[in-house]
Amino acid sequence: MKILVCISQVPDTSTKIILKNNNTSVSSDGVTYVINPYDEWYALIRAIELKESGTANEIHLVTVGKADVEPIMRKALALGGDEAIRIDAESNDPNETANHIAAYAAGIGYNLILCGKESIDYNNGTTGVMLAELLGMDFLGFATDIQIEAGTAIVKREIEGGEETDACSLPMVISCQKGVAEARIPNMRGIMAARTRPLKVIAPAAQTPLTAILSYELPPAKTGIKLISPDNMDELIDLLHSEAKVI
Amino acid sequence: MNATESIKAIKGGEFLIRETAADSIFIPEEWNEEQLMIAETCTNFIAQQIAPNLQRIDDQEAGLMPHLMEEAGELGLLSISIPEEYGGFGKDFKTSMLVTEKLGAGHSFSVAFSAHTGIGTLPILYYGNEAQKQKYIPKLASGEWKGAYCLTEPGAGSDANSGKAKAKLSADGKYYLITGQKMWITNAGFADIFTVFAKIDDDENLSAFIVEKDFEGLSLNTEEHKMGIKGSSTRQVFFNDCKVPVENLLSERQNGFKIAVNILNIGRIKLGGGTVGASKEVITLAVRYANEREQFGRPIAKYGAIRYKLAEQAIRTYASESAIYRACQNMEEATEMLMALGLDETKAKLKGTEQFAIEAAILKVHASEVLDYVVDEGVQIYGGMGYSAEAPMDRSYRDSRINRIFEGTNEINRMLTVDMMLKRAMKGELDLMGPAQKVAGELVSIPDFGAAEAEGLFTKEKKYIANFKKAILMVAGAAVQKLMTQLGKEQEVLMNMADMLIELYVSESLQLRVEKLVALRGEEACKEQLDIMRVYINDAAERIARSGKEALNSFAEGDERRMMIMGLKRFTKTEDINTTQARRNVAAKLIAENKYCF
Repeated sequence: MKILVCISQVPDTSTKIILKNNNTSVSSDGVTYVINPYDEWYALIRAIELKESGTANEIHLVTVGKADVEPIMRKALALGGDEAIRIDAESNDPNETANHIAAYAAGIGYNLILCGKESIDYNNGTTGVMLAELLGMDFLGFATDIQIEAGTAIVKREIEGGEETDACSLPMVISCQKGVAEARIPNMRGIMAARTRPLKVIAPAAQTPLTAILSYELPPAKTGIKLISPDNMDELIDLLHSEAKVI
Repeated sequence: MNATESIKAIKGGEFLIRETAADSIFIPEEWNEEQLMIAETCTNFIAQQIAPNLQRIDDQEAGLMPHLMEEAGELGLLSISIPEEYGGFGKDFKTSMLVTEKLGAGHSFSVAFSAHTGIGTLPILYYGNEAQKQKYIPKLASGEWKGAYCLTEPGAGSDANSGKAKAKLSADGKYYLITGQKMWITNAGFADIFTVFAKIDDDENLSAFIVEKDFEGLSLNTEEHKMGIKGSSTRQVFFNDCKVPVENLLSERQNGFKIAVNILNIGRIKLGGGTVGASKEVITLAVRYANEREQFGRPIAKYGAIRYKLAEQAIRTYASESAIYRACQNMEEATEMLMALGLDETKAKLKGTEQFAIEAAILKVHASEVLDYVVDEGVQIYGGMGYSAEAPMDRSYRDSRINRIFEGTNEINRMLTVDMMLKRAMKGELDLMGPAQKVAGELVSIPDFGAAEAEGLFTKEKKYIANFKKAILMVAGAAVQKLMTQLGKEQEVLMNMADMLIELYVSESLQLRVEKLVALRGEEACKEQLDIMRVYINDAAERIARSGKEALNSFAEGDERRMMIMGLKRFTKTEDINTTQARRNVAAKLIAENKYCF
C-alpha cells in the first residue's frame, strides 16, 4: 500500500503575527515555521504506524510551496517519510492547492491519502475534500481513528454529541485530527536518514486561484481582567449586565 | 603559512597574547539545518518527557530516571558523538555540546544525562581496549546500560589522587580485589557500569577499572539528601574485596589520574554548555512571568528595575555561550590537526581537548556562575512566587548551585586556569615573557592615544580587549616576579588573576561573535547583540580593574605599585556609554519575543 501525506507549513503557534503592506500580507520576519500539527502529529504519524505494522510499504509526502518550505519537509522525512515532493508554487487558495496536488498524484496510484483536518494558519479545512473530488476518490473527514483491513478503511469520526464508525474501500482521502496517533519526536537515526531521502521538486501545472485574500485584521487587544470576590455575586451580575452586556 | 593553517595552529591559552580573527571562530548563529533539527528534538524531549515529570523525578520515583534515560537513548541522544562502529552517530564535538546545552534545561535529568554520556561513558570510549569498547560502549550508547564514575572519596575530593581505595591482585592472578569507599557517585542507584579509581598495591598513582554492578563485593548506600538536583541518584558506593577481572583494568596501571584529568577537561566545558541551556530556560520563564505579572496596573516587565535584570541575565548568558562554542571549535580544529599529523582519532581528541584545558576551566567557572546569577535574579523577578515551591524558580535556584562544586570546584578551576597558563609559559609553549616585558616597557612610556586610527564598528572594543591583555600580562608578570615560588600559596592572587583571564576570554569571544554576526546579517539586524557586547565589555573592564587592583595591592609597594595601578587604570579605561539605555534595548527585545531570543 502506498500512502501520500499532505503537509502544510504554518507559523509556530507562539508566533506574534505582524501584518505588513497595508494589512494585505503577513510578515515572515522572525517567524519560526513548523509542520502543520494536524498533518504531523496525526496524518504523518499514522502513516508511519501503518508502515511499521506492515500495512503500508511506502510513504510519500507532498507540499505546495517555494524553497523555504524545504526545512519542514526534511523534518517530516526525519520523522519517517520515504520520499518528499515539493510542488514549486505558492498558494493560499485551497482549491488551487488541491488542484496542484491532484495534478501530481493522479497517475501515481496512491491507495490512501492522509491530511490534517485543517491547517492552523488559515483554517480552511477544505483541501482534503477537494483533492478527493478531483481524484475521484471517497473522503472521510475529522477522523479520530483509522484502521485498514483488507483494502477497507475503518474510520472513527467525531459527530455532534458522539462518534460514528465508517467503512470505506480504498483508495480514499482521510482528514485527521486528535486521536488518530500520538505525537513523536524525530530521532537521530531519522534526522540523519532525512539527508539521504529524496526531496523532489516538481513544476506546478498552471492553476487559477478562485479566492484572493484582500486584507487581514488582528483581533482586538485583550482588555483587563476584573477579579470579583466569590462573596460579591451582586457586583458580578451587575458587571455582566452593565459592562459586558451579556445578561 | 596560509590563513587557514595559521588559524588551525591556535594553541590553548594563546588568547592572552594573540589576536583572533572574527571569521575564524564558530558562532551559534551558524548551526546548520540538521543541527537545528537535533536541537529541536532535544527541546521537544525536555518539553514532553521531562518538564511534565519534574516532581516525579525529584521524588525519585522507582525506575523513572532509568526509563527516561532509555527514552533518550532510543532517540539517539546518548550517542551523538560516539563513533558509528560502536552504535553512535559520530557527530562532532560542537553538535554534542549543542545537545548538552539543550538538555541542560532538564534539571536532575540533565545531571544524569551528563554523568552517563560524559564520565560514565568516555573513560571506556577513550581509554578502553577494543574488547572493552565492543563489550560496553554499544550498550552505554543505547542507554540499555547506564554509567557512573567513582573517583571522589570521603577524604579525597579536590585532591583526587589522594584516595585510599586500594586494589590488589587475587592469588590466582585473575582478579583485582578493590576495597574502598566512594562518595557523591552520580547515577549510582541505577548504574550498570562504574568506572572506579583505586591504587594498585602501594602505587603512587591511581589506576582505573571497569566494574559491573553485579561484580561480587560491590554495594550501595542509600540516596543522599541534597539541596538540589534531588532527582539525580547520588550514593556512596562500597567496594569490599570487589572482584574485578584483570581484563577490566582500564588503560595501563597508574594511568588513572591522567584519565580522570582528561575526562574532566571535557566534562568542564560540557558543564558550561549545560548551564547555558539552563540559563536560557530560566530567562524564558522570567520574561514570561514579567510579562504576565501585573503590579500597579502594569506588567512588571514595564519597570526598569525588572528590565535591568532580564537584560543582564541575557547579556551574561550570551557572552558565556559565545566563548563555549569558540572553544569547542578550537578543540575540534586541534583534533583535526593532530589527526593530520598521524595521531589516531581517540588520542587526537584527548590531546585536542587537553590543549584547550585552560579554556575549559574558564568556561566551567563562568557559565556556572552566570547560571547562579540568572537563577538568583529569576527568583527575584518572580518575587514572592519565586520563593514558593509551587513555582519553577525554586527548583532552578536549588539545582543551579551544584554546578559551582562538581567537575572541580570553581576555586580549583580558577587555580588550574592560572597554573596551566604559567606552566605552559615555563615549558616554552606559550611566550608570555616577551609580551609581558613589552607591557612593562609601555608602562614607562608615553601613552598611545590612538587618535590616528579610523573608527570602525568594533575599533573601541578591540582596543579595550587588547588593553585587557596588557593589564593581565602586567599583573601576572609582576606577581610571578615578586612572589616567585610563593605564588602558588597566594591563592587570593591566583583567584584575582583567574578572574581577569575569565573576563578577557569571555569578552573577546563575545566581541568576535558579534563582529562575525554583523558580517553575516548586517548591523541593523544585530542592534541588540551590539548592545550586549558593549555592556558586557564595559562591565568586564571594571571587573578586571578591580581584580587587578586587589592583586597588585597585595604584593606590590611604593612607586612600583603606583606605576602599575596607573597602568591598570590606563589598560582598563573605557569610554563612558549609556548602559541603562543599552540594557533597555536588550530587555525590550526579550519582552517583545516573550522568551530568550539571542
